[in-house]
Amino acid sequence: MPWSLLYENLEQTVAVILFGIGFSILLLQRNLIRKIIGLNIMSTATYLFLASMGYIQGRKAPIVTDGVTDLAAYINPIPAGLVLTGIVVSVSFTGIMLALTVRLYRRYRTLDIDQIALLAKGEDMA
Amino acid sequence: MSFVNVFLLGMLIVCALAVSLTRNLLTSLIVYMAYSLIMAVIWMFLESPDLAITEAAVGAGITSILFFVTLKKIHAIKGDSEREPTQK
Amino acid sequence: MSRRRSDWEQRPQARIRKWYKEGFLALDEEIIDHLTQEPRHTHLQEELIEAQQQAESSRQHDRALALERMDQHNMLIWARTRGRKAISRFHVVLALALGLLMIIFLLDTVAYMPRFGDPNAPGANEVSRRYIEQGLTETGATNIVAGMILDYRAFDTLGEATVLFIAASAVLILLRIDRNKDGSPVQELIAAESDDQHYEPRNDRILQGSAMVLSPIIFLYGIYIILNGHLSPGGGFSGGAIISAGLILYLDAFGFEKAGRFFTYKTFMWVSFFALSFYALAKAYSFYCGANGIPSGIPLGTPGAILSGGLIMPLNIAVGMVVACTMYIFYALFRKGGL
Repeated sequence: MPWSLLYENLEQTVAVILFGIGFSILLLQRNLIRKIIGLNIMSTATYLFLASMGYIQGRKAPIVTDGVTDLAAYINPIPAGLVLTGIVVSVSFTGIMLALTVRLYRRYRTLDIDQIALLAKGEDMA
Repeated sequence: MSFVNVFLLGMLIVCALAVSLTRNLLTSLIVYMAYSLIMAVIWMFLESPDLAITEAAVGAGITSILFFVTLKKIHAIKGDSEREPTQK
Repeated sequence: MSRRRSDWEQRPQARIRKWYKEGFLALDEEIIDHLTQEPRHTHLQEELIEAQQQAESSRQHDRALALERMDQHNMLIWARTRGRKAISRFHVVLALALGLLMIIFLLDTVAYMPRFGDPNAPGANEVSRRYIEQGLTETGATNIVAGMILDYRAFDTLGEATVLFIAASAVLILLRIDRNKDGSPVQELIAAESDDQHYEPRNDRILQGSAMVLSPIIFLYGIYIILNGHLSPGGGFSGGAIISAGLILYLDAFGFEKAGRFFTYKTFMWVSFFALSFYALAKAYSFYCGANGIPSGIPLGTPGAILSGGLIMPLNIAVGMVVACTMYIFYALFRKGGL
C-alpha cells in the first residue's frame, strides 16, 4: 500500500474509510435508527469522494468576479452540480425511511430488526 | 494540506465511529449533527460554497429535525413517561 | 413434468436441504418462543428420553418415527443452548470482515486515482471549459454552478424536484390520518392530536419570544438566498430548506392553530402543484425553442443585476417553494398525522 500516495489524496482516502464504516454500521447494528444513520454516513462519504475530484490547486470557487472568465481561474464546477442533486435526494429517502420506522414501531412495539422479522414470521406461521 | 484540514478529516472518522459505539440513541443523533457540520466546513475547504450552504441547511438542519421528531414519536427520549423501545 | 427418483430421501441433496430448513426452523421457533413468552416445546429432555426408549422397540415403523423425533429434539436442544450464540458471533465476524475487505479494495483503487488538485486531471475536460468560459454570456448567471444546474442541465433538476414530490407523497400515504367522509375527525385523529398536545409546550415564554424575533429574520434570509441564487452561492434548495426551518420554528412555538392561518393543507397542495407545473412548462418552452432553432424571447439582462439570467430566477423560486413545502409537510405529518 503506497502510503504517500494515499496521504496526498487524503480526502478520497477518508471518504473510502467512511464508506466502509457506514457499511459496517448498516450491517452490524440491530437498531433501525442507527441503520438509517449508517446509510446517511455512506451517502455523504460518496459525495465527499465525488466533490474532491473537482478541486484544482490554487484556483477559486466558480463564481465570476470582475468579469474574469478565464479557464485557469476557477475550479471544475461539474462535480459540485452532481453532488447538489445528491444531497437533496438523500434527505428525501431519509424522510421515507423514518416514516416506515414510525409505522413499524406502532405495529411491533420494538425497534430491533431481528425481533421484527421473527415476529412477522411468527404471525405467518401461526 | 493544512493542519486544520487534516484535523477535520480525522474528526470525521471519530464521529462516524462514535455513532455506532454509544449506547443512547439521542447521543448518536447529536454526534450525527456534528458530523454533518464538520462535513459542511470541509466543503468550504474544497472551494464549493453552494455545497456548504446546502449541506449545513439540509444535513444539520432538516434531516436532524426529522430524526428528533421520529425519536419523539417512538418514545425513545429518556424522561418521557411510560414506554421506551429496546435499544441495540 | 419431471419425477423425483424413488430414493430421493436418502440422497445427499435432500438430506442437506432437510438439515438446513429444519435447523433454521428450529432456531426461529426458539426465538419466537423466547419473544412471545409462550413456550411451545416444554419438557424437551423427557420427550427425548421417551423417544430413545421407543427407538429400541421391535416394530420397524415405530423405530423410524422415533428416530425422527429424536433428531428433531436434539436439534431443538442445540438451538436453545448453543445455536443462537454461534450464529450471532458468526454474523458479527463476517460483517466486520466484509467491511474491512471493502475498505482495502477501495483504498487500492484510490492509489490509482489522479493526484488531488491536479490541473491536468481527466475530469477537467472540454465540457467544464465550455461551462466556465461561455457560461456567463450564454446563461447570464454569475454563479457558474447555478447556471449549470438550472440552464445547461435543468432536466436533472426537474428530476430532483420530482423525487422530492414523490417522497412527500409516500410519507403522506404512510403517515396521514384521514377524516371521515363527512369531514368529522376519526377516533385515531383525536388520539393523535391529544398525544401531540400532551407534549407540546403551551405558551412557553422563551420559545415564543425568540420565535417572534427570529422567524421573520429567517424567512427574510431564506428569500434573500433564493432570489440571489444566480449571483452568489445558494440557490433554490438551500433557500427552501431555510424557509422551512423558519416555518418549523413558528409551528413549534405557536401551535398548529396559529400556523394553520397561513399554511393549510390546501396551500401545500396548490403551491407544490403550481411550482412543479411552472418548472415543467418553462423548460418545455426552452426545449421547444432550442430544438427548432428559434431564439427564445427571454432577455438575459446585465450580469450582476438581480433581474438577469433569463429563466433562472423564476426556476429558483419554483424549486425553493417545492422544497420548503415538502420539508414542512414532513415535519407536520410526523408530529400529528395531518396539517
